[in-house]
Amino acid sequence: MATSNLKHALFCAIITLVVSYPILGFNLVSQGTSVGLEGANPTTVTAVFLAALAVFLFQLFRDQIMSGLGRVPKPALPTTRNMSDATRVRMQNLIILFVVIGAAIWPFLASRGSVDLATLVLIYVMLALGLNVVVGLAGLLDLGYVAFYAVGAYTFALLSQYFGISFWVALPTGALLAALFGLALGFPVLRLRGDYLAIVTLGFGEIIRILLNNWTSLTGGPNGIGGIPDPTLFGMEFGRRVKEEGNISFHDFFGIAYDSTHKIIFLYLIALVLAVMTFFAIRRLMQMPVGRSWEALREDEIAARSLGLSRTGVKLSAFTIGAFFAGFAGTVFASKQGFISPESFVFLESAIILAIVVLGGMGSQFGVILAAIAVTILPELAREFSEYRMLIFGAAMVLMMVWRPQGLLPMRRIHIHLDKPE
Amino acid sequence: MLEVRELSMRFGGLLAVDQVSLDVQEHEIVSIIGPNGAGKTTVFNCMSGFYKPTGGKILFGDKEIQGTPDYKISRLGLVRTFQHVRLFNRMTVVENLLVAQHRHLNTNLLAGLFKTPGYRKKEQKSLDRAAYWLKRVGLLDLANRDAGNLAYGQQRRLEIARCMVTEPKLLMLDEPAAGLNPAETRELNQLIISLKEDYNVSVVLIEHDMSLVMEISDRINVINQGRPLAKGTPDEIRHNDDVIKAYLGEA
Repeated sequence: MATSNLKHALFCAIITLVVSYPILGFNLVSQGTSVGLEGANPTTVTAVFLAALAVFLFQLFRDQIMSGLGRVPKPALPTTRNMSDATRVRMQNLIILFVVIGAAIWPFLASRGSVDLATLVLIYVMLALGLNVVVGLAGLLDLGYVAFYAVGAYTFALLSQYFGISFWVALPTGALLAALFGLALGFPVLRLRGDYLAIVTLGFGEIIRILLNNWTSLTGGPNGIGGIPDPTLFGMEFGRRVKEEGNISFHDFFGIAYDSTHKIIFLYLIALVLAVMTFFAIRRLMQMPVGRSWEALREDEIAARSLGLSRTGVKLSAFTIGAFFAGFAGTVFASKQGFISPESFVFLESAIILAIVVLGGMGSQFGVILAAIAVTILPELAREFSEYRMLIFGAAMVLMMVWRPQGLLPMRRIHIHLDKPE
Repeated sequence: MLEVRELSMRFGGLLAVDQVSLDVQEHEIVSIIGPNGAGKTTVFNCMSGFYKPTGGKILFGDKEIQGTPDYKISRLGLVRTFQHVRLFNRMTVVENLLVAQHRHLNTNLLAGLFKTPGYRKKEQKSLDRAAYWLKRVGLLDLANRDAGNLAYGQQRRLEIARCMVTEPKLLMLDEPAAGLNPAETRELNQLIISLKEDYNVSVVLIEHDMSLVMEISDRINVINQGRPLAKGTPDEIRHNDDVIKAYLGEA
């Protein structure tokens, strides 16, 4: 066995060299009009050889390493298993309270860039919580969720462009319109399940994107829509100069110097409030008849129907409510960016939001929030590896599926206290 | 209260149910028996709205219900169980019972989101009803377990409890004793009789366990190859030559 391992390891190392040396070991340099080949700097070459060595060693001791990995304790997560249920819920609420307060104070201490990133994280939290309703709770695989996000964003952009509507009017309008689109998608897919449903929702997502891309007269097509206004605080604007007659600017009102971070912090706080609202609304829904019937439909559609649940009502409510929160997220996104184009709403976005839900643990709100933070922030931290972003992402998915197929924080059922009947 | 008149169900070239009639009075347990593949479950599926019968009428009270969607039939008070247990496995036992009471609860979204007093009251009522039935079928201590983790006999009982919290008028049980041991079957016996006696629910029963059928049925319908073969009291059926032939083959 040792010899076959050695042979295999040598072979793998050589393949590594053969593949990576020509790609990384040479640079193309322009020499006047022609292009020449030049050896890369010594560190790269050393790195290539080190990588080959690493592959060699790994393959040589693969059995030992893999069996060792199997024995590595699964990532221990804070357990609350031994607590009584009431204490657990109380502790959860306390933690949520502290986290929210912390999150509300934090932007005043952090840098402009990180607050901006945190706003994006919160947008993804909203999206993922919304998709969690459709995929995690109702068990309807939706690959076109980004369409509702786009509807929310474009509602705001178009209404502000053509009718000069403000953020606060657009917020509910965008969410309601997205919900309406959710309802519209719900009807044709009522009879579909699983793979078929996934394909149709995927198509729906593309239809919306392509429509936005090609309806140039209305949406500006690939050029997108710019100049989307920032939100205002009771009519106070956050720009240096007031754009609309009659408004005053935030810094004038309070008599402080103009600072562009005010606007960013304000947006962040709006996103925070909306995300917290989304969280609590959905948490409540989960314990209501609607939420339970979503889960019942996921578990056994026939049994659900035999108990008087209408498939139509349950599916449509899941799609509609899921889409509603995507509309919220879209409006905030449009306001944050100030410019949107169909390029922001490609299939990859749907895939990432879905990945967040799966990574977090289907149905689990805490898991989904954690995953949303991880998936949004990690690529930013690893900016140098930006080309490898998708590679790392894929690897993380594979590892998760091996180690924790149930997700980061799998859903825990809420225990219900029953009074003993006499 | 329920009357099935000349019910027929055709799947392509196969006539699965042919001119079957039966009726159920209030406060009565009626069994449907017959060899495997006789079309018993198909009759059930027509009665509960899972199939739209190709012929005949089904009257519940004085309302024709053939072809009405399944969930609407269940809301009328005609609730069924399944040959293979169909629970919501990844939900807890008590949640299974709460889902079943969905239509008893205020479905107003906002009332629920803000937990209005009216909503709380209704919620408490459905919790109490769930607790009552869990105690009745001996599952109260397992209320917060996942339904999928229960033992088979417990799952069977939970399925019946889940039907009962909807306060049905007529309960249709499809082979409730399948896979139960003799002790569990006896318990089931008691339970079904008590449903009739104490809760005034009529029961239609499909069952292969003859001891169970003979003991608790008020009347029995025998179906063979989709056609009605005989009907009568347990005693009449036991001594009916046609039935004996169908079950044992001709001598």
